[in-house]
Amino acid sequence: MTIMTYRQALHDTLRAEMLRDESVLLLGEEIGVFEGSYKITAGLLKEFGEKRVRDTPIAEEGFAGAAIGAAMLGLRPVVEMMTINFSMLALDQIINHAAKIYGMFGGQASVPLVIRTPGGGGQQLGATHSQNIELFYAFVPGLKVVAPSNPADAKALLLAAIRDNDPVLFLENLALYNTKGEVPEGDEPAEIGRALVTRPGKDLTLIGYSRMAHVAAEVAASLAESDGLDIEVVDLRSLRPLDRETIVSSVKKTHAAVVVEDDWLTYGIGAEVAASISDGAFDYLDAPVRRVAMAEVPLPYSKPLETAALPSHDDVIAAIRQTLAAVGHRTARPLATAALGVPQS
Amino acid sequence: MASQARQRRSAPQAPSAESGAVETAAESGPSAGDRDGQLRDFYRDMLLVRRFEERAARAYTEALVGGYCHLNLGEEAAVVGLMSALRPTDYLFTNYREHGYAIMRGIDPKRVMAELYGRVDGVSKGWGGSMHMFDVTHRLLGGYGIVGGQLPLATGAALAIDYRGGDDVVMCTLGDGTAAIGAFHESLNIAALWHLPVVFVIINNGLGMGTTVAKSSAEPDLYKRGAAYRMESARVDGFDPVAVRDAAAKAVESARAGHPYLLEVVTERLRGHSVVDPAKYRTAEEVERLAHEDPIQLFGAKLTANGVLDPDAIADIEKEVAGVVTAAADFAASSPQPDVSTLFDYTYATPVPNDSRRLPGEPLFEPLPFPGAAVAGASAGGNA
Repeated sequence: MTIMTYRQALHDTLRAEMLRDESVLLLGEEIGVFEGSYKITAGLLKEFGEKRVRDTPIAEEGFAGAAIGAAMLGLRPVVEMMTINFSMLALDQIINHAAKIYGMFGGQASVPLVIRTPGGGGQQLGATHSQNIELFYAFVPGLKVVAPSNPADAKALLLAAIRDNDPVLFLENLALYNTKGEVPEGDEPAEIGRALVTRPGKDLTLIGYSRMAHVAAEVAASLAESDGLDIEVVDLRSLRPLDRETIVSSVKKTHAAVVVEDDWLTYGIGAEVAASISDGAFDYLDAPVRRVAMAEVPLPYSKPLETAALPSHDDVIAAIRQTLAAVGHRTARPLATAALGVPQS
Repeated sequence: MASQARQRRSAPQAPSAESGAVETAAESGPSAGDRDGQLRDFYRDMLLVRRFEERAARAYTEALVGGYCHLNLGEEAAVVGLMSALRPTDYLFTNYREHGYAIMRGIDPKRVMAELYGRVDGVSKGWGGSMHMFDVTHRLLGGYGIVGGQLPLATGAALAIDYRGGDDVVMCTLGDGTAAIGAFHESLNIAALWHLPVVFVIINNGLGMGTTVAKSSAEPDLYKRGAAYRMESARVDGFDPVAVRDAAAKAVESARAGHPYLLEVVTERLRGHSVVDPAKYRTAEEVERLAHEDPIQLFGAKLTANGVLDPDAIADIEKEVAGVVTAAADFAASSPQPDVSTLFDYTYATPVPNDSRRLPGEPLFEPLPFPGAAVAGASAGGNA
């Protein structure tokens, strides 16, 4: 185990995969000479040369499509989209082509492609540079979408994505790049399509991904400390396929769920999670499934407005308390009093 | 209108200043005998595409073919000339008007027709249909229904060839309307910047659905767009298969040397945009002109005048081609429909847990026993 940042884990994994496999190459805007907008690719041009680290023109559709075409011939391109907002310029290539080629041609060519891209608000980047639109990709069969929340998963899921034969949208987050965590040695990939219970508990299931899975873990730890609450945290890690089994199993145990997400609430990832809980654990629920999501506005530049629009630790804590109050109201479970702020024992 | 259209195709074929002299039909084949044989082959292949497409149109009206169905009628010389310039190991990316290209890449017409019928023996196993033919063996890498979608892909395929130091070439055909789309410009720019082995071929049949080139392109001499990327370019008469072959051979040779190329092939679309389009936007004069302008008749007459073909030979070719087309239709009709059990076979190349295999009416989770059973004892089904 080594402690490192999320950024370092991504960098080291890209480098290791390029050393391991000649067919891995990087394409994107400013990834070479400039060393990446967020410095994930720092030093790689110098080490591997222009053939394998390609600075592209500002032409998202063109270079994303070129990566898809190269993947069809067996290369394993890893594309960096500077932010997920810019990936919309390449929607036709990603959704109409990368996601379709394997199925539409009867399995004759696969597209072993990774598109790495950060989402996330909170950096005062304004409405067009702060979005969380992973849903666009998670909606589409043929794509896989993974969203690591910590450095260990950043490594394990990137290994899995690069070695997978399908197009994988690899969601990073601006607010996570500097977060630190333990990263195992070796090169064991994660299994795409599996959520993880990152903290076991019995009082309530808190579900998130990417930055909000990180927030969920912090909130659960803080409520254990302050209220003695035993909250189970599920980190989705994979948005497509979605691991409904892990979500539902957890809710069957805790009988209550709060879903936290950085995207917009209406039609968002949380809506799908809540619907899945309704499908699989309806009779186990002691309170309605609650969602905490971004305010439904174009994200403002102004700091107080931006902060108000983004889900915070306090927002998540309030939603948990309200949900547990509803549980208490229905079941007279003792933890409800704790959730309302009365210290336990 | 009519004179404009005729002028369009017979306009000086020669190219931009930077691309040198016009291609001519002069320099193929080592001997006269070989050359005549090749000309007869061209005629036969053009006729095969024609009869195949006519059979496809018939099958469409008989509801044996579904979806959209765009035909190469009028473009036979372009198709045959272009495909004859490729090596078997070169790659082709094309659009949704591609039945003729599939056949001329060497794919058995039976499998092309079976794809139109949506059957398991189709080139794409019934998953693609008319617009999405694909055959990895013959290096036809699609068949794309989204206008312009194939251009970035073709550029990337050329990148992969270059990356591995190979000497194959990618040819990417597109329609005249596609010259206006962003992907066209992004792809030509990238191909030129990176010196990729790719030839972009604009099949200019004068119409993007019902919109003329003049109405959609501020620079209607489409080949001139290559200049924006310092890419060599040329225009050729798409009714002359030999001229097309020679122009394409030059373009392919250039690409193989790392100089991507833009070729404009000026041709005609003899029918509507697709089988169901009556093309009412065409003037009576234009319709009348097209009735007398047919690349196969013109080429046949030329070969007859030159003594390469005679009426008996033409009749023999007609008979042989009719047999191929009938056999294709019979094969397609007898090929099985895909089994519903295969519906989930091609979503992912690498299997992963929790991939949905649920039909529309199936629940995500098995319903709990109801009424009565204790909730705690009930078991939920898988995420099927």
